[in-house]
Amino acid sequence: MGNYIKLIVLGLLTLLALIAANFSRDLAYLVAMLSFATAGGITFLYVLRKAGDAPITADLSGQYMDGVVRAGVIATAFWGVVGFLVGVTIAFQLAWPVLNWEWAQGYFNFGRLRPLHTSAVIFAFGGNALIATSFYVVQRTSAARLWGGGLPWFVFWGYQLFIVLAATGYILGATQSKEYAEPEWYTDIWLTIVWVMYLLVFVMTLVKRKEPHIYVANWFYLSFIITVAMLHLVNNMSIPVSLYGSKSVQVMSGVQDAMTQWWYGHNAVGFFLTAGFLGMMYYFVPKQAERPVFSYKLSIIHFWALIFLYIWAGPHHLHYTALPDWAGTLGMAFSIVLWMPSWGGMINGLMTLSGAWDKLRTDPIIRMMVISIGFYGMSTFEGPMMSIRAVNSLSHYTDWTIGHVHSGALGWNGMITFGALYFLVPKLWNKERLYSLKLVSWHFWLATIGIILYAASMWVTGIMEGLMWREVDANGFLVNSFADTVAAKFPMLVVRGTGGLMFLTGACIMCYNLWMTVVSSPAVETDNSAVPAE
Amino acid sequence: MDTYSLLRQFADSWMLLALFLFFVGMVIWVFRPGSAAKDREIGNIPFRNEDKPAPADSSAKTPKEA
Repeated sequence: MGNYIKLIVLGLLTLLALIAANFSRDLAYLVAMLSFATAGGITFLYVLRKAGDAPITADLSGQYMDGVVRAGVIATAFWGVVGFLVGVTIAFQLAWPVLNWEWAQGYFNFGRLRPLHTSAVIFAFGGNALIATSFYVVQRTSAARLWGGGLPWFVFWGYQLFIVLAATGYILGATQSKEYAEPEWYTDIWLTIVWVMYLLVFVMTLVKRKEPHIYVANWFYLSFIITVAMLHLVNNMSIPVSLYGSKSVQVMSGVQDAMTQWWYGHNAVGFFLTAGFLGMMYYFVPKQAERPVFSYKLSIIHFWALIFLYIWAGPHHLHYTALPDWAGTLGMAFSIVLWMPSWGGMINGLMTLSGAWDKLRTDPIIRMMVISIGFYGMSTFEGPMMSIRAVNSLSHYTDWTIGHVHSGALGWNGMITFGALYFLVPKLWNKERLYSLKLVSWHFWLATIGIILYAASMWVTGIMEGLMWREVDANGFLVNSFADTVAAKFPMLVVRGTGGLMFLTGACIMCYNLWMTVVSSPAVETDNSAVPAE
Repeated sequence: MDTYSLLRQFADSWMLLALFLFFVGMVIWVFRPGSAAKDREIGNIPFRNEDKPAPADSSAKTPKEA
C-alpha cells in the first residue's frame, strides 16, 4: 500500500515538473525542472522495481546506518575536487583574463563561475562533509541507529539535487544576487524541505539515544542545523515573478535587505563553517588522538559563548555604508569579543593532544587536524581585527578579505574535513588502515604550502591595493587609477593560483589514496570465529 | 508606541537581562559541585559503542567503559 502511494506521489511530482518545464520562461528554470523530473523519474523507477520485494522485517536497530555515511564521504571528496578545480580556474582567469574564453562568454566567465566555486566548496564539499560526519557522529555518541528508516537517504539525495539545481542555475544566470545565498526561489524551497528532514533525522536520533548525555559535538551540529534553517528562511524571503520562471523579487529592500543578507552571510560562516566543523573537531580530534577532549567544561562554555556572540557580528560587513553607525559598532564589538570563545575552542582542541604530542611526528592525520585548528585560531584572530572600522577601511573590497576567507576555508574547514575523511574511510569500509600514510604526508605538505602561498600573496596584494586606492597627492587628487592597481596585482595573482593548484593536487592525491584504501587495503580480521575463553 | 520602538525597548532591557542571566547561570552551572566526574564520564562517550548501538536494555543506565 505504501508503495502505491509513493508511486502515485512520485509520478504526479514528475508530471508537474515536466509541465512546468514545458511552460518555462527561461533556460535556467527549464533545466531545473528537467532535473526535478529526472530525479523524480529515477526515484519512481527505483520504488517500482523494489515494489515486489518482500518487505524487510529484520531488526536493524542493532547496527549503525553507515551506507548513507559512505555515500556522503564519496560525495564530499567528489564535490571537493570539483569546487577546488573551479576555484583554480577562476584564480587563473583573474591573472590572465584571456581565460574568460570568448566562445564561453555568458556561461564560463568569472562572474558565472565565482558563485559556482563558493557554493561548490561551502555547500557541496562542506555541506556533504557536515551531513556525513553528523550522521556518523550522532549514531556513535548516542549509541543508537539513525532515526527514520530511509529518510537519511532522502536527505542525502535531496541535498545532491539541491547542489545540481544551484550549480546549473549559476551557469545559466539564475541568481538573486545575494552572496552565498544566490539560488533562486524554487531551489530555496527544495533546500528547506531537505533541511527540515535533516533536522528531523538528527533530533529524533538524539531523542532515542542510549547515552544519558548529549555529547558536545552534537550540540554544535544541532545549533548548525537549526540556525542555518532560520538564516535560510529569513534571507530568502522573495516573491517569484512567475511560477514558470526563475526570477524573483526580494521582500525587503535597501539597507534592511543588506543587513539581513549580512546577518545571514556572517552566520553562515559562524554556524555552517564554524559551529558545524567544531562538531567535527570535538569528535574526530579526540578519536584520532585517542584521548578525551582537554576540558569538557570549556567545551560547554565554548558552545554557549560562541552561539551567543556570533549572531551579532554580521553588521561588520557593512562599515561605511547606509547602515547606521551604531549597528556597525555593535557588530564590530561583538566580533572582537568573539576572540574569547574562538580561542577557547582552539585551545581546547589543541590541548586534547597534551600528553600525546609525539603523535604529531608519526601520524600525518593528527598533523592535519592540528594544523586545521591552528588555522582556525589564525583566521579567528584575523577576522575580528579586520572587523575594526579603521582596519576595515583599508581591507574592505581588497584581496585581503579573500585571503582571510581562504585561510579559514582551506586551512580550517578543508584540513579538518580531510582529517575526518582519512579517519572515516578505513572505518566505514572495514579496512585495517589507510593505503598509504606517505601519500597523506604529501597531501598535508602540498595543502599547507598551497594555503601559505595563497594567504601570503593575498595579504601583500590586499594591503597594496588598499593603500593604492587611498593614496592622494599634495593637491588631494587620487594617484592611482583602478587599472593601475589591477596591473600591480598580477604577480601575486599568479602566486595565488599556484597555491590553489597545489591545494587541488593534494586533494586529488587524497582521492587516489582513499580509493586505493577501499579497493586494496587489507580488511579488518573478523573475530566472529574466536570464542572468548571463559 | 510603534512596533519597532516597543521591540527595541524590550530587547534593550528585559531580553538583554534574561540572556545575560542565562549565560552567567550556564557558567555557574558548569562549575557546580560534582560536575568533574560527570564531565569525565561524558567526555569518554566517543570511546564507547564504536561498532554497534548499545543493546536495548542498557538505556538510562550509565554504560560501563567498553
